[in-house]
Amino acid sequence: MSTEQPWRQAKGPFAAVFAAPALWLFVFFLVPLAVIWAYSFGRTVGLTDIAIDGTFSNYARIADPVYVQVFVKSLGYAALTTFLCLIVGFPVALAITFAGPKAKVWLLLLIMLPFWTNLLVRTYALMAVLRTEGFINDIIGWVGLGPWPLLHNNFAVVVGLVYVNLPFLVLPLYSALDRLDRSLLEASLDLGAGHVRTIFSVVVPLALPGILSGILITFIPAMGSYLTPDLLGGPDSQMIANVIERQFKRANDWPFGAALSFVLMYLTFAAIAVQAMIARRRKGLEG
Amino acid sequence: MSRSKAAPLDYLARWPLRLWLALVTIFLYAPLLTLVVFSFNDSRRNIVWQGFTLDWYGAVFNDSDLLVAFGNSLTIAALSTLISLVLGALVAVACWRFRFPWKPAFEGALALPIVVPEICMGVAMLVFFSRIMAWPADLPWPFSLGAIVIAHISFSFPFVAVIVRARLASFNRELEEAAKDLGASEWRAFMDVLVPHMKPALIAGALLAFTLSLDDFVITFFTAGPDTVTFPVKVYSMVRFSVTPEVNAASTLLIVVTVVLTAIGLRMQGRDIAKMEGGQ
Repeated sequence: MSTEQPWRQAKGPFAAVFAAPALWLFVFFLVPLAVIWAYSFGRTVGLTDIAIDGTFSNYARIADPVYVQVFVKSLGYAALTTFLCLIVGFPVALAITFAGPKAKVWLLLLIMLPFWTNLLVRTYALMAVLRTEGFINDIIGWVGLGPWPLLHNNFAVVVGLVYVNLPFLVLPLYSALDRLDRSLLEASLDLGAGHVRTIFSVVVPLALPGILSGILITFIPAMGSYLTPDLLGGPDSQMIANVIERQFKRANDWPFGAALSFVLMYLTFAAIAVQAMIARRRKGLEG
Repeated sequence: MSRSKAAPLDYLARWPLRLWLALVTIFLYAPLLTLVVFSFNDSRRNIVWQGFTLDWYGAVFNDSDLLVAFGNSLTIAALSTLISLVLGALVAVACWRFRFPWKPAFEGALALPIVVPEICMGVAMLVFFSRIMAWPADLPWPFSLGAIVIAHISFSFPFVAVIVRARLASFNRELEEAAKDLGASEWRAFMDVLVPHMKPALIAGALLAFTLSLDDFVITFFTAGPDTVTFPVKVYSMVRFSVTPEVNAASTLLIVVTVVLTAIGLRMQGRDIAKMEGGQ
């Protein structure tokens, strides 16, 4: 695939396809990020003025246990969410992979439709189900238990994160499993391994790169979630995004908010780097 | 008994997996169904079923704020989709066809809007549009949405680029060469040979860009001025401050829009793929 043409050979066509998107990316994405980055080294002076004087005090403030705790909590929620999505989603992906062509289309649609539905609408729908007067508590009530507080607590946040992120994991899992060589699975079954053993010692290792990228795709948005903890959580369920929002809107401390959002971004990049490293190491082992 | 009938890898035929699928379906759809059902409930307090009514839909259609917000959302999504599609297709072609200095760095930067957390992009847009390039406040209607449209394009077009580039990998370059040998200009070759090949990816990209725009709350929440409200932002304030069954009705309408758009998109793509396969 090294048939790429050097840009100098066709400057006109290159400029025609490259200039507009590159300029857009620079002006309307990289510049805003750079400004926030500069702000993270600044101080608020007066109501609206910010002096960018290269101070690290915003980052030093993040070392305060209150904020460290929020970061740890966000990482923990994201990890738990990803784990639960994996447990719930893996059998679903497996079923889609080995379904007939017609059933496959319908199952994919079944998973995709909630994914296409507005996030806010989905979160709101979940609120109606989980509230004390919701039907889950009705069912618990019929059995003679409850009512249990299911909404506005950490439980609700995790349920909500799994609810909105599940399709994010099922789709990459499915595409990873779909690429597997089926004869290897059949060989494993023929040679006497059970289904569970085949899945854990043949399917999972072979599909690991795809599984890992699926985990990453779920983990990143889960860590930066704003709506779910905001609407489903209680006062102690705040995640990083909620703290950042407060710095920008209510507390009006933009430099500190900027520093927080850059730490969140660094964590995101670290997660991507870890995934890339594992993928590369595996490639090294194979090749 | 069914064990002997099912093929070894026919997992879908096994009851534990069927049960699991059923449970996951209930998990995914029960909240949405509850929402739809209760949008017809004749009770202000939204708790027990009191009888069928269409009053909440009437309330939605009389709520001018909500209708304006809905119109804004559709306009933003349409504009953002159009421009994202052009930018995404162009940059996909650029990265697919040309070798240029700093290409890996550029490709990394292009992937940034996909991986940067929404909240970070939201606050970046807030600062950009309030301090660096202030968007004029008193512009007439579609222009007042400009800042939001720009923000939406920024996070949408890299997604379009990913989809189009994947499609371009299957393009036979000799076709383009042949067109040029036969006298087509760069532009004609692009429009008559490359664009038709990209079409399924363009449809998929357009659907994705439209959905991303219509879905976005966080980035819009930070970019929008006090006078420009989109549907998710409006629904958010309704959920936050006045939970009425009207929200159920409005949400149900949005679900219906989603389902209809999905059906149209699938049909278009299905027809396109069928045509391509029939033609080859």
